[in-house]
Amino acid sequence: MGVLTMPTRRDFLKAGAVLAGTLPFARTFSALAAGSDTLVAVSGQTVNSLDLHRTGTNRASYQIAVNCYDRLVSFGTKQAEGGGLSYDYSTIVPELAESWTFSDDGMKITFKLKSGAVFNDGSKVTAADVKWSFDRAVSVGGFPTVQMKAGGFSRTEQFVAVDDETFTITLDQASKLSLPDLAVPVPFIINSKVAKENATTDDPWAMEYLHLNTIGSGAYSVTRWDAGQQVVFERNDKWVGGPTPPVRRVIMREVPSAATSRALIERGDVQVAFDIPDKDAAELADKVTVHSTPIENCIHSLCLNSKFEPFRDPDVRKAVAYAVPYDAIFKAAAYGRGAPLWGGAPKAEDIAWPRKSPYDTDMDKAKEHMAKSGFPDGFEIKLSISTGLSHWMEPTALLIQEAVGKIGIKVEIEKIPGASWRTAALVEKRLDFHLENFGGWLNTPDYYFFWAYQEGHLFNSSNYSNPEVEQLTNETLHMPMDDPEYAPKIMRMIDIVYEDLPRIPLWQPALNVALNGAGGYKFWFHRQLDIRGLTSVES
Amino acid sequence: MAARGTSVLTRIAQAIPVLFGVIVISFVLTRALPGDPAVQFAGIMATPETIEETRVKLGLDKPMPEQFVIYLGQLFQGDLGQSVSTGRPVVTELASRLPASLELTLSALILSCVVAVPLGVLAATRPGSWIDQICRLLVTMGVSLPTFFTGVMLIYIFYYLLGISPSPLGRLDFVYLDPPHVTGFFLIDAAVDGDWETWFGALKQLVLPAVTLALFTLAPIARMTRAAMLSALSSDYIRTARAAGLGSGRILYGYAFRNALLPVVTTLGMVFSFVLGANVLVEKVFAWPGIGSYAVEALIVSDYAAVQGFVLSMAFLFVFLNLLIDLAYSLIDPRFGTSGK
Repeated sequence: MGVLTMPTRRDFLKAGAVLAGTLPFARTFSALAAGSDTLVAVSGQTVNSLDLHRTGTNRASYQIAVNCYDRLVSFGTKQAEGGGLSYDYSTIVPELAESWTFSDDGMKITFKLKSGAVFNDGSKVTAADVKWSFDRAVSVGGFPTVQMKAGGFSRTEQFVAVDDETFTITLDQASKLSLPDLAVPVPFIINSKVAKENATTDDPWAMEYLHLNTIGSGAYSVTRWDAGQQVVFERNDKWVGGPTPPVRRVIMREVPSAATSRALIERGDVQVAFDIPDKDAAELADKVTVHSTPIENCIHSLCLNSKFEPFRDPDVRKAVAYAVPYDAIFKAAAYGRGAPLWGGAPKAEDIAWPRKSPYDTDMDKAKEHMAKSGFPDGFEIKLSISTGLSHWMEPTALLIQEAVGKIGIKVEIEKIPGASWRTAALVEKRLDFHLENFGGWLNTPDYYFFWAYQEGHLFNSSNYSNPEVEQLTNETLHMPMDDPEYAPKIMRMIDIVYEDLPRIPLWQPALNVALNGAGGYKFWFHRQLDIRGLTSVES
Repeated sequence: MAARGTSVLTRIAQAIPVLFGVIVISFVLTRALPGDPAVQFAGIMATPETIEETRVKLGLDKPMPEQFVIYLGQLFQGDLGQSVSTGRPVVTELASRLPASLELTLSALILSCVVAVPLGVLAATRPGSWIDQICRLLVTMGVSLPTFFTGVMLIYIFYYLLGISPSPLGRLDFVYLDPPHVTGFFLIDAAVDGDWETWFGALKQLVLPAVTLALFTLAPIARMTRAAMLSALSSDYIRTARAAGLGSGRILYGYAFRNALLPVVTTLGMVFSFVLGANVLVEKVFAWPGIGSYAVEALIVSDYAAVQGFVLSMAFLFVFLNLLIDLAYSLIDPRFGTSGK
């Protein structure tokens, strides 16, 4: 039976009538919705699947996995910089698992499942469901399989359902990333009985069925999904993964135009405007509640490709780093939202990451380095930006163009269409001088280094290669963070890449959310709206 | 009647090579675009292996001619392929979005005709008068104000400041359910269902975007009507009619207007086909789930099947529209032969 049961017209209108009186006018509705049990959120992104594991599922669809499915574990909660709450990478809390233990060598994790946990069809969550779901994540290929690998999960034999409530994972290597990687959206637990009923020989993992149906044990179920328009979430009252969500129904509407979203939130017809532009966040801040949380482990960078002859000269790289007008960029491109990443101490003093680079705008130093370099007369170069990210890349590129012009580097700005950007920048790594952004889900510096500074890896768009960084990254990637060797190694890595400068950090971007009549917002590394803690607030 | 039937059939037969050409060109062009769908759909963290896996899954590892034969085979079964970006069959996607765009475009065109044609006629009969000046002002405004600006301005005034219009949230407010699907036009479907509450709900959502588009389409129609009326009114047959002492109403509507209609209908056809693709900005501003925004999104992420499906459906629509306009010609002016050309 389909779990995505469409409510009948009558039911829905009745519910609407209860909520909104008899007049289904939006304005009447919203005024009452605040006191009632429904919240309306808008976002510019579009949900294209209810199944995160599917090929082609976009980022916005991860919110389904977050809100409608459980994982074994989750992250704790802390106060966020810039207001509101944030997930807390340093504490792991139970979600479907009641408890877990590591074997003495750290190679085997044993989970006890909560005995009261049920799926949205009422059936009990068993270890067999967990096993099936994890097998699926490591087997379907693409993004889920890559993300599972980050935690050391790659083969189905690693997962064993011992009995109904006991589940074990055997690791090939003890790693600090294993447990946190079970709290990211990917390893979500699916009702395997329902899934298997809808699987075929061509489609053993029921991809087609899960694409359109949510069969999880999560806090909400999707009761209605109109592709390109809205997703309606309805609460599961039997959820055991956390405190019962205060709001019964959440409607997520897709509004592509930022100006329209802004009008809606200002008038209070919607209660949450998710992921709004920095400019709107800055201007709305004194009218409604705005949370701008700097995104953890995420940096907007100016990348210098080592393929390009002049950028192999360390003095040229430093000249560029001293010429960049950091403050002006932060004000013009980010409207002061996020965190500055320049003008820090000359050497790393702890393992905090992202951290301020030791560079600041200093034209004299820039000119000095340029004169010392092998290219005292400067050179011509293209600065590449993506049209899809032009909201921050364009003002940034213009300011950089003007500034490095003063040290003899003639810059022509090249705009690359969104579709070919990833191919050009990340896969072929052929852009000499470009802007780039990478944010790691797992919040450790070594994880950032793994993706952005190791040779051949996707986000190392500068073709950077340094044997010591390679070695240190490999050593620290799985090392526990309280290992006495960990901190010195990380600080050494940071010092090397800030000396070599394949990527010049510009600033740490923020995720902006405006609330008008809602509270309980929590920031997550996956940058999707967690509706489970949202509350209705009389405005 | 038989002659007209044959001519319609001939015209349809003539359209077949055109459509085949469109299929080939859209197929080749989408693949010639920069951007690699395998990279796009392999997810945010991709390794070379997963990109290759994705390529095989999307069937893009096969040689181009083979892909084309597979595509043609699917087309003959009425299958436009699977849109990777929305995860739904392209046919389903077009079936839900095309009516949304058509409803918006048609309402806007009807609205702008109702205003522009009488305005053009009045302006032509009284050149230089205040009504002519108003016509000129409206035309200039319509041409010079971009639709996204008009849209945002209307939202600002009627929704944000005055609070008269409903939230600009697409075709229906979330309180309503879509009317049962008959035509996909909400106004028609709700009326068929006899559900007037939903009908009014859909109408209220439609007003602002339709007015925005109407302001934009008003200009060419009003100008064309005015110019065509002016030339018709200064022609010999009108002078003759006047000399013969026919009533002014008869002259104006029976002779001048009927002759002036031909270029107006031509313009209307052009405006319609142009607006259907170009109203993507209005769709974005009003969160309208139309075909324009779908096509643009698909293009950005190199979603081949979706782009091809869009181009093909547009080509069909153009062929159909041209046929309709040609038929309208022969209705308006019997001198237009119906022999197939």
